[in-house]
This record gives sequence, C-alpha cells and structure tokens, in this order.
Amino acid sequence: MTEATTNSMTTVMPPAPDATTEPRRVKYSTKNVDVFYGAKQALFDVSLDIHEYEVTALIGPSGCGKSTYLRSLNRMNDTIDICRVTGSIELDGIDVYSDEIDVVHLRARVGMVFQKPNPFPKTIFENVAYGPRIHGIATSKSEIDAIVEDSLTKAGLWKEVKDRLDEAGTGLSGGQQQRLCIARAIAVQPEVILMDEPCSALDPIATARIEELIDELRNNFSIVIVTHSMQQAARVSQRTAFFHLGDLVEVGETGKIFTTPDDQKTQDYITGRFG
Amino acid sequence: MTNSTVNEPTPLKQASKDRAQHASDAVKNGLKRRYAAEARFKAYGIGAIALALTVVGILFTTIISNGLPAFTETTLELEIELSEDVIDPSRTRDPGTLARANYRKVVFDALLTEFPDVKSRADKRKLRSMLSRGASFQVQKLVVDDPGLIGQRINFVVPVSSDFDLYEKGVINKDVANADRRVSDQQMVWHDTLKERGMITTSFNATFFTSADSREPELAGIWGAVSGSFFTMIVTLLLSFPIGVAAAVYLEEFAPKNRITQIIEVNINNLAAVPSIVYGLLGLAVFINFFGLPRSAPLVGGMVLALMTLPTIIIASRAALKAVPPSIREAALGLGASRMQVVSHHVLPLAMPGILTGTIIGMAQALGETAPLLMIGMVAFIVDIPGGITDPATVLPVQVYLWADSPERAFVARTSAAIMVLLAFLILMNALAVLLRKKFERRW
Amino acid sequence: MVTEHIVTKFDEDLNQLDNLIAEMGGHAEHQFADSIKGLIRRDTELAEKVILNDKRIDAIEVAVDQHTISMLALRQPMADDLRVVITALRIASIIERIGDYSKNISKRTVAITQSAPVGPARTISRMGDVVQGMINTVLDAYLQRNADLAEDVRQRDEEVDALHTSLFRELLTYMMEDPRSISACTHLLFVAKNIERIGDHATNIAENVYFLVHGKMPDETRPKDDQSSYTMIDDSDKNNN
Repeated sequence: MTEATTNSMTTVMPPAPDATTEPRRVKYSTKNVDVFYGAKQALFDVSLDIHEYEVTALIGPSGCGKSTYLRSLNRMNDTIDICRVTGSIELDGIDVYSDEIDVVHLRARVGMVFQKPNPFPKTIFENVAYGPRIHGIATSKSEIDAIVEDSLTKAGLWKEVKDRLDEAGTGLSGGQQQRLCIARAIAVQPEVILMDEPCSALDPIATARIEELIDELRNNFSIVIVTHSMQQAARVSQRTAFFHLGDLVEVGETGKIFTTPDDQKTQDYITGRFG
Repeated sequence: MTNSTVNEPTPLKQASKDRAQHASDAVKNGLKRRYAAEARFKAYGIGAIALALTVVGILFTTIISNGLPAFTETTLELEIELSEDVIDPSRTRDPGTLARANYRKVVFDALLTEFPDVKSRADKRKLRSMLSRGASFQVQKLVVDDPGLIGQRINFVVPVSSDFDLYEKGVINKDVANADRRVSDQQMVWHDTLKERGMITTSFNATFFTSADSREPELAGIWGAVSGSFFTMIVTLLLSFPIGVAAAVYLEEFAPKNRITQIIEVNINNLAAVPSIVYGLLGLAVFINFFGLPRSAPLVGGMVLALMTLPTIIIASRAALKAVPPSIREAALGLGASRMQVVSHHVLPLAMPGILTGTIIGMAQALGETAPLLMIGMVAFIVDIPGGITDPATVLPVQVYLWADSPERAFVARTSAAIMVLLAFLILMNALAVLLRKKFERRW
Repeated sequence: MVTEHIVTKFDEDLNQLDNLIAEMGGHAEHQFADSIKGLIRRDTELAEKVILNDKRIDAIEVAVDQHTISMLALRQPMADDLRVVITALRIASIIERIGDYSKNISKRTVAITQSAPVGPARTISRMGDVVQGMINTVLDAYLQRNADLAEDVRQRDEEVDALHTSLFRELLTYMMEDPRSISACTHLLFVAKNIERIGDHATNIAENVYFLVHGKMPDETRPKDDQSSYTMIDDSDKNNN
C-alpha cells in the first residue's frame, strides 16, 4: 500500500472466519472412543476432530449417542457410576482422562450449557459471579463486577437485566434463563463451550436469539452443539457430524452434508426417510 | 399441494364413528358408578376425620378441665410478727442462728392470733395443717436475706396447704364422713372465716412455673423439669444435628453405591423403628456403667436421645438431599465446582428447609420421650433446679409420670397442667416446622 | 431414492411434481411434433391449433411454480429432495420456452404457406425428428432419474447442430438462387434456429437431470458443432459453378 491509498477511507478487514477457507487448528482430537453404560455399548469407535473457533453440530436420531459423546468431552460422564469411556480424547494434545488434567480444571476450560435452563436459585449477579469466584479468577469486588457485566453483555442479556441484578435468576423467562446460563458458562473464560440441545425448551424467537449469540460467540470460543433440529444445525454450524446408533456415520462441512452428503444413511436421515 | 377432499363417509370411517360412539356411551354409563365410589370414599374420609377430631376434642377437654385448677393457687395473707425473741434471742444476727430459727412458730403464731379460741393441741394441729410446709421456709428466706426485718410486723403471703387449696377450688367431696374427709367441718369453718376476713385469695400460680418438684403439691412446680428438658434438648441437638446431617450428606453424595452402603442404609432405616427403651438400656450400659458418666444428668439423657433421634434426622436429611434436582448439581459440576463445593454451596442450602423440618420433628419426638430416660435414672426425685448438663435433673414427661403416680389428690390437676405445658411445647415446635417448610418452599 | 419418506404427504407432493412435469413435457412434445407436421404439410389449421394450445403449457408452468414454492416453504427439502424441487422449477421454465418456440414455428408456418412451397423440407423434417426424439428421451431420463440417458441426449445435439449448419447453407443458397423465396426462406431460417434452440433446451434439461442425480453439473463441455454463426457463402463460388 502506498501513501496515497492509506489516505483513502478503505480499511483492510481480516477475512471473516469461514470453514471454507483454510482449516482451523484442531482443539479436541478424539480417536477410537467407545463408551459403555454397564454392559451396553453406547458409542462405537468414534473418531472426530473438533476445530477451534467454529461451531460443530452433532445430529442424529434419539439414542444415537451424541449427548453421550458430548458429555465425554468434559468428563460429565464421570458422575454416572456405570459409565466407562475408552479411547483417546485429547484437548490441545493432552488426554483429558489422564492424570495430567484435573477434572475440575478441565471443566473450567470446557463449559457446558444444558437442555433445560438451570440457573442457580440465587440472584442473577450471583449466578454469573459464582464460577469466577470459586476458581479464583476474580477476587476483588471490582473484578467480579467487571466479569459479570462482560459476560452478561456477551450473552446479550446485560441491557435487559442490568437494573435487576439482585433478582432471582429463576424469575427470568425461559430464553433469558438460557442466556443467563450461557453467561454463567462464559464468565469462567473457557476455551470450549459444549451445548446439549440448548434451544429445545425455547420458543422460536428465543431460539433465534440464541443462535445469533452462538454465531457471535464462535469468534472467541470453540463450540460443540448437540441438536435435534437439522435446520438448527444447518443454520448455526460450520461442521456437522451425523451419529447413528452409536456410530459416527459421516462428518463434514455443513453445507456439503445438507446438500450432497456422501453416505446414504446421512441422506436418508436429513431428508426424513427414516428416524 | 393437493389435499384429499373426501367428505362422504366410507365404510371404514363409519366403522370408526360407530366405535367412537360406543366408547362414548360406555364412558357415560360408567360415570355414575365412578362418581358414587368417589363420593363413598370422600364420606369415609370425612367420617374418619370427624371421629378423630371428636376424640382429640374429648382428650383436650379432659386435660384442660383437669389442669386448669393447677394454674391458680390459694394464698393466705398473714400479719406476721418477726419476733426477735423467737428468731434471734442471742441478738447476734449470726446467719447460722437465723437459719435455724423456729419459723414455724412465727408463722403459726400469726395464724393463732386470728383464732384465739383454739386451745387444745389437737385443734392446734388441725389449724396448723392449713399452712403449707413451705410457708416457714419462705419466711426463713425472707429473714436470712434481710435480717433488718427482725422485730417488725410484716404482711406476708403464704400458700395454704393443698387440701385447703382443693377445698377452695370446690374439689373436696362433702358426702364423705367428717372423720374420713381431708378437710373436716371445723377446718372448713376456719377457712371460710379467713376468707370472709379477706385474707384468703386465689391468684395465678406462679409457683407452678418457677419452682422445682416438691413433696407438697402446693409447692411443686415444673421449672426444674423444664430446665432439665432444656439442657437435655440442647445436648441432643448439638450431638444429633451435625452428626446426622454429615452422615446424610456422606451417604447421599459421596459414598459409593455398593453392598456396604446398602447395608448401612437398611440398618439406619431399621434403627428408626427400634423401641426407645432399648436406647435407654444402651445408655445405661455404655455411658453410665462403662464410661462412668453421672447418672440422671442431662448430658447422658441428651446422648441417649441423640442416638434415638439420629436415624430420624438422617432419613429426613437424605430425603431432602434427594429432592434437590440433579440439574442444579450438573450445572455446578459443569462450571467446574468440586464435589464438596457442589454440596456445600448448592445442595445443602437448598435441602436445608427439609433438613430443619426433619430435625424439629425429631426434637419434638425426643422432647416427649420417657422410657429411655427412666432407664438412665432421670426418674429420681430432684428438688433442685439443674444448673448445667452434669447436674442431676428430670425432664417434663418424666415429671408427668412421677406426678401421675403420686397418690395425693392435688397432684391430679398438676399432672394435667404439666401435660398441657408439654403439649404446648410440642405444638409450638411442630408449628415452627410447618412455618419453616412453608417459608422456604421453593419452586425450581 | 429407494425408501419413502416417513411423512407420506411428502412423497405425494414429489409425485405430484413429477406428474406436472410429465404432463407439461408431453404437451410440449406434442406441440413440437404438430408444429413440424404443420410446417411440412403446409397445414394452417394445425398451425393455428398449436398456437392456441400453447397456453396450456403456460398454465402448467404456473402450477409448477406454485407447487415448488409451497414445497420449499413447507417441507424444507434437503439434499436430493432439494435438487428434485429446484430442477423441476428449472425444467418447467425450459419446457415453457420449448413450447414458445413451437408456437413461433407455427406462426411462421402460417406466414410461409402464403407463398410457394420451397425448400429443404427433408432436412427440416429430419431435424424435427431428431429433436423430437431428444425431447422424448430427456423427459424419460428425468422421470426415471437416469443420468446416462440424459448424457445420451446431450450427445445427440451434435447431429442437430450439424443439420442446422447445413440447413443454414441450404437456405442461403436458395435465397441467392431465387430472390422470390427470400421471405419464405427467412422465415425458414428462423424456424431452423427455433428447432436448434429447442435442441439446446433439451440438452439443458439433460444437464439438469445429471445435476439432479449427481449433485453437480456435468463438467465436460458438450460437443457444440453449430457452425452457422461462422458461415458465409461467397457469391463468387456460385458464379464459378
């Protein structure tokens, strides 16, 4: 650029992150993952990569293992006694089931948003402040205030609740509660956010707002979302993985999966030829 | 998009219409029977409740009517001359001398001045029996506390003995022959005379609430038993609440679900059904005989009752912990809280209302327990008000038992009055439990 | 698409789409055959009939439009279903244009029959046969979802192009020999162009069928042999003859 052109009004914008440009770094690398509930096997030899700063959607009929897979990523399956996970699940190259990673620390790096909004029965402020407080991310009042405001803003909720931060979190509407849960997860400054059907309990407008939020969040976080709605997966994700009866049938760029999938099973599922 | 616009009834449609009609008729016919069954069941329920309320009503009426007389006491106001010659002839004001003085005479002299024509020893004895034995002790206390009163004439209120108290309250049966009656005709005349002179009054029985037990009904009070109960309950609460809640938290949140924990769970449930007297035997054998703790002390009583209340608290706490929805736990875990943090920051606060309710109910049960405490010796006759947890004491239900056992007529009213006090406490505690539950009831 | 949709109405809607295209295609094929017949036999009555019947094709195209829009909104078709709907929309538009060309041929037939018969009836007839065959085959290919059949149609366009080039030369020669035939031959030139365009459209439909089956357009360029754009006839040649 010469002197002349710097005087012009145009500024060079970085190219928008898009899966069709160069592939992003792998954040979670999972290989040959099997998950058993007692004697019953729920996931069969799943190998899937989650990329950084993009949204990966997991779709498939009920009981196909997508939620099981999601919960293995942040070891939430540990809470179920009979659940056993084998294979390698690596976050930034370190196996999350090894001794090198402490599970509490893991869950601070990998946040989770659940299907039914579950804010704590505390004030809105306390809901968001809880995470940073217990992890020691913020200690002084001003630090905590800053994080709460920042998280609520990123979650698109600040304007609506800034005047009623000491009201109960459970007093908000369903969509607001879910955004509160997202703010709560963001407050811990994770690297990855896992979402297990976050919109299934919400009306279409609230759903659309959350989808918009997800699209903004992917600039700063890697997101994995399990969804029943193929349309949602199509709208929101850059990569889509199709699970069926515990197998990973196909994974690829979202546009391709929904227009020209490689596997016949994938095609039958997305066109509604079988459930 | 073409839609089928077939409106004419096909045979298939007609068949299903017929079926629907048949089903509708069947429902209509069955309705009467179903509503009748429901009405019958409601009637049974209302009948049972009415019966229960009637019985409770009768019970309460009986107790209250029996116990009300105990809330008033009859007193006699006398003009007592604290004669120095009788009390302190040596004029030394020595406390020992003052304590040992013949206050009976002092008090009786005051009564004699009212009836100067009572001369014979038998008559004098009959007259003296009007006064409560405690009268002289009260005067003694007065003089010992303030020796400056010696030599003065004071107006002093003393309680009358229980027979005359009963006479005043109209309980004495006049049909019995004079010789066999508790209060003879002559005594009645004396009593009525004093009443005409305005010296006999019936007032609120503060003694009942402030003194400890006594052989004399008119001097007997429940304060000793209430203090004993209080200390016992404190010990019970301090022992059973933390241990019970901690045990419930461990069993519910941390313990692995294996055979051993199952056995423990079964045992705890069974312990709640063990007869309470067994705990008393245990307390006797282990706490008193083995460890040598003092008998009759609220400490031991509290420990025994704590053992008894633990299963109740553990079961109630576990239920309260189970009632906390797993979504809250998952949310906290997902944020990266450790197990301990999940329990202490989220689960326990939410379960606390249920835990408190269970605790209060357990405490209310323990308050009314008699059998185990009898075993560890809290049945003794204790005249002093206990000052601490190692002083010998008795508890309210045991006090009721002792008074109920006593042959004296006057104790009947006092037994019922003590039962009323006990019931009042129990109702209060249960009301507190209901209030707590209502106040903290949460909708998730 | 071996299995059926769980929602049977969806399959019914797709079948309805096929029916509309089949009906439309059938009409168009008939119209084209009649227009060529009318031209060869100089039958103005037939030509008038063709002109009138064109609105039938237009009506079906409107129906296809509405149907596809409705399906897109209400069924959210994905993958192959989406391709079916999109290609149906495109093919309907192409068939409508084929119909328009047939109508135009018949209009010119009316004009041509007013002057003396001229010309290369055999070549035109031959061209018409080939193109009619193409239309017929490509519609089958669409309804059978047969990409090979469609490819076959693409190849046949080569012949149509060659015929068109030769027809172009022929007509130019006629016009140079006998100036009285210029009006008729000019019309015939347009007729020839129309037929060639119909052939191209049939090829377009074939490419869409390929897209429907395989998910992408065929990338090998089809053989294009239409030299008419480059054809010039020199007077001097004739004089030397």
